[in-house]
Amino acid sequence: MSEHLQNTITRIQARNQVEVEEFRGEYTVFIEPEKIQTFLLELRDQHAFDICMDVTAVDYYPQDTPRFHVIYQLYSMPHNVRLQVRTRIDGNNPRLDTVQGIYSSANWKEREVYDLFGIHFTGHPDLRRMVMPEDWVGHPLRKDYPLGYEEVQFSFNFDEIMINKPHPKD
Amino acid sequence: MGLEQKAGNMGIVTTSLEKAVNWSRTNAMWPMLFGLACCAIEMMAAQAADYDMSRFGMELMRASPRQSDLMIVAGRVSRKMAPVVRKLYDQMPAPKWVIAMGDCASCGGIFNNYAILQGVDEIVPVDVYVAGCPPRPEGLIHGVLTLHEKVRKETIKDWA
Repeated sequence: MSEHLQNTITRIQARNQVEVEEFRGEYTVFIEPEKIQTFLLELRDQHAFDICMDVTAVDYYPQDTPRFHVIYQLYSMPHNVRLQVRTRIDGNNPRLDTVQGIYSSANWKEREVYDLFGIHFTGHPDLRRMVMPEDWVGHPLRKDYPLGYEEVQFSFNFDEIMINKPHPKD
Repeated sequence: MGLEQKAGNMGIVTTSLEKAVNWSRTNAMWPMLFGLACCAIEMMAAQAADYDMSRFGMELMRASPRQSDLMIVAGRVSRKMAPVVRKLYDQMPAPKWVIAMGDCASCGGIFNNYAILQGVDEIVPVDVYVAGCPPRPEGLIHGVLTLHEKVRKETIKDWA
């Protein structure tokens, strides 16, 4: 563990209620969802984590409550260290404050998380769908979202599927 | 051919209108320049020196749908891309043909999920399906030649 990361973690542990996890030299900090803005602002301004590499989410649907984790991958250019910040969100009307004002790169990433997981980022200036079509219903990366499987057409069920298949006219 | 011998060297050949038109259509069939996924690499290889589709008058890929006769759907079509592909097809002037190149364009291939169209025939009428993942350039050329055969069989009735 680098000296800078060690100092950062001891200092943020002194000021906040955080859990820290270590896995193969990568450090993860869990923070409550209400504090995410102030916490990331503190990391950016006082601990030089100046780049938000990615904002993603994980859906731990049947086995875990709260079901969503929103994950911020931070990187510090001056010290060359990485830190993962996680926050747990309830699946019932999932909401989180936007960090778009702190890291402007989070703008599109939060849109993507909103698109695929349906997590609303309050205060986001332009929260539209990012990868799915605009009139899409549902959020596909949720674990309870159906895959949209279509039956494969073989010779024995060819006619049956052919009837229901949409066919365009010239 | 009997006519030439009787009429001498006048540079005249008689044929039917259908044959003349279909000959001109098959020998300068310009595909549209677009690729959607990895099949496009094989399509480029079919165009390039080794396989050389210009043997069939198809060396010219048109970037504009207004100037192309043939749409080679090379790759998977996502549901978000589908309206775009249909729009491109609508912008092509008739007569126009479609080749579904590869498994994904033909039937969805390995991508049986919500995001990918299960066969491009759901949005545009397809003339020839080329199997393969991706098909080799020979496969595509075979598909093109199959289409040429189909076009050569068209009659005046089909043009109306």
